[in-house]
Amino acid sequence: MLAAIGVGSLDELFAEIPESVRLRRELDLPPGMSEQDVFEHLSELAARNRHADEEVTFVGAGAYDHYVPALVDAIASRSEFLTPYTPYQPEISQGGLQVMFEFQTAISELTGLPVANASMYDGPSSVASAGYLAKLETGRARFVISRGVHPHSRQALRTYSLGFAAEVVETPLDERGATDLDALAAAVDGDTAAVFLQQPNFLGTVEDLGPLAEAAKRTGALLVCSVDPMTLGVLRPPGDYGVDVAVGEGQPLGNRLDFGGPSFGFYAAQERFIRRMPGRIAGETVDAEGRRGFVLTLQTREQHIRRERATHNICTSQALNALMGVVYLAWLGRRGIVEIGELMLRRTHYARTALGLEPINPGPVVREFAVRVPDLDAFFERARANGINPGYRLGRDYPEYADGLLVAITERRTRAQIDALASLVARQEVHA
Amino acid sequence: MSGRTAVPREPTLTIYERSREGRRAFTPPRLDVPETPIEELLPHDAIRREPPALPEVSEPEIVRHYNNLSRKNFDLDTGFYPLGSCTMKHNPKLNERVAALPGHARLHPLQDPEYAQGALELMWNLERALSEISGLPHVSLQPSAGSHGELAGLLLTRAYHEDRGERRHKVLTPDTAHGTNPATVTMAGYEVVKVGTAPDGGVDLDDLRAKASDDVACLMLTNPNTLGLFDRNIEEIARIVHDVGGTLYYDGANLNAVMGISRPGDMGFDIVHFNLHKTFTQPHGGGGPGAGPIAVSDRIEPYLPCPRVVRREPANGKDAPRFDLEYACPKSIGRLRGFHGNFGVFVRAYAYIRSVGGDGLRDVSETAVLNANYLRALLAEEPIAEYLPIAFDRTCMHEFVLSGRGAREKLGIKTLDIAKRMLDHRVHPPTVYFPLLVDEALMIEPTETETKETLDRFAEIVREILEEAKEDPEIARNAPYSTPVRRLDEARAARQPIVRQPRQPGSGAER
Amino acid sequence: MEETYPDDLRYHAEHDWARIEGDHATFGVTWYAQDQLGEVVFFDPPEVGTEVVAGQAYAEVESVKAVSDVIAPLSGEIVEVNEALRESPERVNDDPYGEGWMVKVRLSDPAEVDELMDAAAYRETIGKS
Repeated sequence: MLAAIGVGSLDELFAEIPESVRLRRELDLPPGMSEQDVFEHLSELAARNRHADEEVTFVGAGAYDHYVPALVDAIASRSEFLTPYTPYQPEISQGGLQVMFEFQTAISELTGLPVANASMYDGPSSVASAGYLAKLETGRARFVISRGVHPHSRQALRTYSLGFAAEVVETPLDERGATDLDALAAAVDGDTAAVFLQQPNFLGTVEDLGPLAEAAKRTGALLVCSVDPMTLGVLRPPGDYGVDVAVGEGQPLGNRLDFGGPSFGFYAAQERFIRRMPGRIAGETVDAEGRRGFVLTLQTREQHIRRERATHNICTSQALNALMGVVYLAWLGRRGIVEIGELMLRRTHYARTALGLEPINPGPVVREFAVRVPDLDAFFERARANGINPGYRLGRDYPEYADGLLVAITERRTRAQIDALASLVARQEVHA
Repeated sequence: MSGRTAVPREPTLTIYERSREGRRAFTPPRLDVPETPIEELLPHDAIRREPPALPEVSEPEIVRHYNNLSRKNFDLDTGFYPLGSCTMKHNPKLNERVAALPGHARLHPLQDPEYAQGALELMWNLERALSEISGLPHVSLQPSAGSHGELAGLLLTRAYHEDRGERRHKVLTPDTAHGTNPATVTMAGYEVVKVGTAPDGGVDLDDLRAKASDDVACLMLTNPNTLGLFDRNIEEIARIVHDVGGTLYYDGANLNAVMGISRPGDMGFDIVHFNLHKTFTQPHGGGGPGAGPIAVSDRIEPYLPCPRVVRREPANGKDAPRFDLEYACPKSIGRLRGFHGNFGVFVRAYAYIRSVGGDGLRDVSETAVLNANYLRALLAEEPIAEYLPIAFDRTCMHEFVLSGRGAREKLGIKTLDIAKRMLDHRVHPPTVYFPLLVDEALMIEPTETETKETLDRFAEIVREILEEAKEDPEIARNAPYSTPVRRLDEARAARQPIVRQPRQPGSGAER
Repeated sequence: MEETYPDDLRYHAEHDWARIEGDHATFGVTWYAQDQLGEVVFFDPPEVGTEVVAGQAYAEVESVKAVSDVIAPLSGEIVEVNEALRESPERVNDDPYGEGWMVKVRLSDPAEVDELMDAAAYRETIGKS
């Protein structure tokens, strides 16, 4: 091969690299290993994690222990889905493109909004990206966001806002753990580009979106609502409230916990935003013989064409995770999405009653609720000793709920498991 | 093509069109709590009136539908995929196995660090490896892709300047830059200033000197650049930018060329992003997931995204160190996304790095460069060179760019036609029409995991396509012929966008 | 349609034409411009009442894989836009000097007309003399 190139040694191929920036030693990394040894090493590391099959977990807060059906793994592990690049050559990418089209349809159906893209990185970065659309659309640079929105979403919005020089104003929750309507209404002004809400909110509260939406939209700001897709069989979709952009985290839809990623974010909007949306969008068309086919469309929004005037810089997103999402939704089906939502709703209310602790959000909740726990550390210790991870401590993100515990319920958390958690509360009271 | 017998084809149906009322795959778990009416649990206004029109299909139909769809994809496990700047190298199967271990795949991101020591140690080890490869001391794994890493890098640059009381407005990017660079500059609130390309394909130093000023926050650069050329003047470039107080950002899209050979940190860069889905074998998944970790110099470190993975040494000096997540980072730009990044991608990248090792990474880059130059030499032979001359005739790094100008002028076929005809030969075409600087560009990156025979065969295919076009250019102009669909009407898709399946009659949910 | 550059129009070097009618003018892009763009898929007309300045962009036109600024050949105020291009942007390709017109403008400085090219001079700039 060297002869064909016309050089005498490998080193000659690197002659362009100045001597002064050459690394004249080996990388200080462990030497390579056999496949078997790498497997053993990674297995040993994995064994030092306590995963969701080794305890009964009530932790949610944005990532949930749902059952992932076997067919999701079987389909997503096919080489034809796992190993292609982004579909730049549509004639040999019809599988991936049609999956995107089906995914966009599912997200549109769930959210009740007419257009959706083919996925984003995750939920929080989708929230932040919606801020960029609002900035471009309104020319304003002020965001109002409820403290009911996931703390990671609020933080991501703040980080992105460093770039587009936007002010981020947080509005409080009321004494029932719902977005304070009066405070939100007072915060929204003529400079506000967007108002951000979450349904259900971080505490699991079902927000009264009607009046909140009205207050948010009074001055021409866009309304962005982050939603949990698993609740959209039972909860009214954001499109019904005139939401402009609905975003969310797709992990509950057939994706692994994976210590937080990769999963996918979704992004749906009213039709008038279609040429300002971020990310890939698949569209239907026909081929030279009139056969139905799919392509990436509206690409002039994107970075590779519009460059510094692109509506976003995103290119790689989460196609494989979105595939897992749409296969999962096909498996659940039109009735299953309602049934699983109703099951979570009933078990969540059962659990809140069974625990009998002081609720932070006593109103309607779905899939998650927050309670105050006297001596939270002792409670955690007792629960851990019984193989239970009782939930997420609210204190780091909400100093006002320093004794708060956020408890998540999925279809995997049975009544027996909930009762076991409740019995620890009862015993704690006996000890107290 | 004439003489081809028409193959009967099934109509293309979406999963929604396969839906029939009453069919299902999912069986809900038994209701083991009281069947309280929904109206008692939710306010009337909050209850969804009509279910979303998801499909109603059985498990066998779902499996068959998506398996059949998968057969309409071309993928890396099937054939050669020399897509320039995308580094389509083999994705080791071991990586999928270790990523699927329950200790990784079933680990909750908010698990107490005490019970996630293996995951945090893996992240720490990966950070250390990326630090060594880049020659920069501090790493954050959080960004989700290259473009996300770029955004992080420019926000770090902003934080760095503002912390020193400076407001700068401009970011320099070469005119060969990938489109994400300028798009990111705008998102980060900066103004793009383009720097020209010299005749040898590197940065035009005079133009750079003319545009470098104390209003320049950063220079974003890929080295080797998008032409596959290593910029010989890299130290001078770094000096010019540092002299006006700017930072140097390294787009790691082309890192596969220089691992263990030359390090961005040693070239003078302050911030680097890695594409774990390019260089470190995370499968591309048809457009993600990826991960875009960043490595930075000491002066940028205080602003890195939060939380940080930290290693705490034991007080007694005897016990094993503990790994933790540090949330107290007062000068940090904050978070770019939820949780800690795409951990599943970290597992695969780490498994890859441990498999090949430090010496192996150098072999990887050497072989990638060898393969690229070998293929470049094959394609420089006549008659190919007459129609597809190389854009910058120098020793390339891991990729190179041809211009289809000769084919257009002498054969009447465009680069697009050549690419489409390659589909009939069962290889994926190179990146086309990028970089913009080259007329009718074809950007070819063979990677280190391809054999000499595969490269020989590819050159043969290019030769066949050109010979065929000499006889009858119409064949290429109308290609492909053997793919699931023929050329698609992209204008129609953009003029009247149909971006979702209309609701099906009988779904019980017509609008 | 065939490549043409009508003699009754005036041309700007950025491949735009103007049809002068007293102190008003109609603007569009030339055959050469639409050919370079490829199939036009989207045109977002500016608002009536907008001031345009000769040599500066007043709109964007999109093909499948390109976005281009549309440059005003003359200065003035937009009095009418071609709403039909919203639904049928392909008219820019099919009939660039007729149904593919973009805006009508009340000229603020009719003397600028003298700086535009005639068809022969424009043809020369695109190498079609």
